[in-house]
Amino acid sequence: MNFKKQLKEGLITQNPVLVQLLGMCSVLAISTSVSNGLGMGISVLIILTCSNVAISALKKFIPSEVRIACYIVVIAGFVTCVDLLLQAFLPSIAKSLGVFIPLIVVNCIILGRAEGFSSKNSVAASAVDGICQGIGYTLVLLVLCTFRELLGSGTLLGIQVMPASYTPALMVVLPVGGFLSLGLLIAVMQYFLNKSKEKNSKKEAEQA
Amino acid sequence: MTDYKNLKLIATSSPHIREKTNTTTIMRDVCIALLPALAIAVWNWGVRPLILTVVSVVACVGFEWLYRKAMKKTNTVGDMSAVVTGILLAFVCPVYLPYWMIVVGAFFAIVVAKQLYGGIGKNFVNPALIGRAALLGCYASAMTTWAAPMVKAPLGSTVDAATAATPMAIMKSGDFAALTSTYSLADMFIGRIGGSIGEVSAVMLLLGGAYLVARKVINWHTPAAYILTVAVVTFIFPKGNDPLQWMLYNVLGGGLMLGAIFMATDYATSPVTKKGQLIFGLGCGLLTVMIRYFGSYPEGVCYSILVMNCTTWLIDKYVKPQRFGVSKKEAAK
Repeated sequence: MNFKKQLKEGLITQNPVLVQLLGMCSVLAISTSVSNGLGMGISVLIILTCSNVAISALKKFIPSEVRIACYIVVIAGFVTCVDLLLQAFLPSIAKSLGVFIPLIVVNCIILGRAEGFSSKNSVAASAVDGICQGIGYTLVLLVLCTFRELLGSGTLLGIQVMPASYTPALMVVLPVGGFLSLGLLIAVMQYFLNKSKEKNSKKEAEQA
Repeated sequence: MTDYKNLKLIATSSPHIREKTNTTTIMRDVCIALLPALAIAVWNWGVRPLILTVVSVVACVGFEWLYRKAMKKTNTVGDMSAVVTGILLAFVCPVYLPYWMIVVGAFFAIVVAKQLYGGIGKNFVNPALIGRAALLGCYASAMTTWAAPMVKAPLGSTVDAATAATPMAIMKSGDFAALTSTYSLADMFIGRIGGSIGEVSAVMLLLGGAYLVARKVINWHTPAAYILTVAVVTFIFPKGNDPLQWMLYNVLGGGLMLGAIFMATDYATSPVTKKGQLIFGLGCGLLTVMIRYFGSYPEGVCYSILVMNCTTWLIDKYVKPQRFGVSKKEAAK
């Protein structure tokens, strides 16, 4: 088990949102304020870790013909737990995230990791994978939320940070702004990934 | 007698006849064609529209230069296309727009709509209109505050400046009698009306369009199809007793002339064939009238051209000129 490698994959080289392009729907929809992003990111992190562990532990008992249905049942169980917990203890966040918490059931990141990773690896490795991928998702969400809330409303976590003379660019918090800023973020990420790839191949060429 | 021994044969590949026309000369012609409309804006509102236009041009050229420099690409600032985008962007913005906002619009026009897709000729939507759409999305109130006509606009803060409704806004409110009493047809034609910097004067825009057609920079097909479609549809379905008057106000008001002559004819974002251009103009005209009649915005030129820009590939795919030497039956196969 290589924690460092998994963390690097989750954050950068296999980042669920920016490289695997999974779970975009929720990212686009709820990234209008940082508090939303934090709530959503941590919920996904918890559900992803739990479902990874459970599916990895159950992998010998799940018949491969009906595995998707089984994964969904497991994931839906954890999502319901988180949904009820949020409604009980953080009702304001539960309200602003609305339908997107139940929709985590069909979030591609969780199903993708279940199918691609935890059904083939040990319980411990799956737990680490869930945490790393969850952190990668949360970080991207936070970057996007900070950008959109700062420019679109002039606030951070609901507190006014931009000077009063700043006119908020309304479009950034509208759906159009979500698509534009996510696209730009992916473009920047790809630019740096390609650059480091070029560097690596040059190094290899020099060594050979 | 020709001295065949010393005659040099210079072999070059076709084309053998060359025009001096290139992107720079075309763009310069468009700039010249836009000047009369700018003159009317200065006559209408004083120096502010001129400064706004200069700021927009400088911002557009600056962003283009910066992006090409940062991405280490060949610099295309010299072709003057960014200058045209800058002028057009200012022309579709209100006179009282704060100067820094038009810089934001220039960023969207040049970087997002043009350079991210590969620069001149590769953008699929009109950059200036994307700049306007972005500004309208970001700063809706500033983009819908219109200066009153024939009032010198203050150069600095415009908080207390005189505002007026545009003909299109009055039309949208349903009070056509108020429109005809506020602005006469002559006002509409010359440009003594409220509106964005470059759109008010139908006569000056037509003058510029005639210059471009005479210089063979644009075909008459797109603008004619566009304006005629709007004219015919509004004449057939008037809101009021006088179809002719309703039609004339619809044709002269709003951004129709500016859009039809200078935006819908953009090379990169409109169809190549003349038949395709007719279809393109027809589509723009229908959408414009639809938005004016049924949409929530008073004016639909900007969005109708943007929507039709997205269909250009389709029109170009299905409206192809017949290949030379192939019969219609064979071509159909």
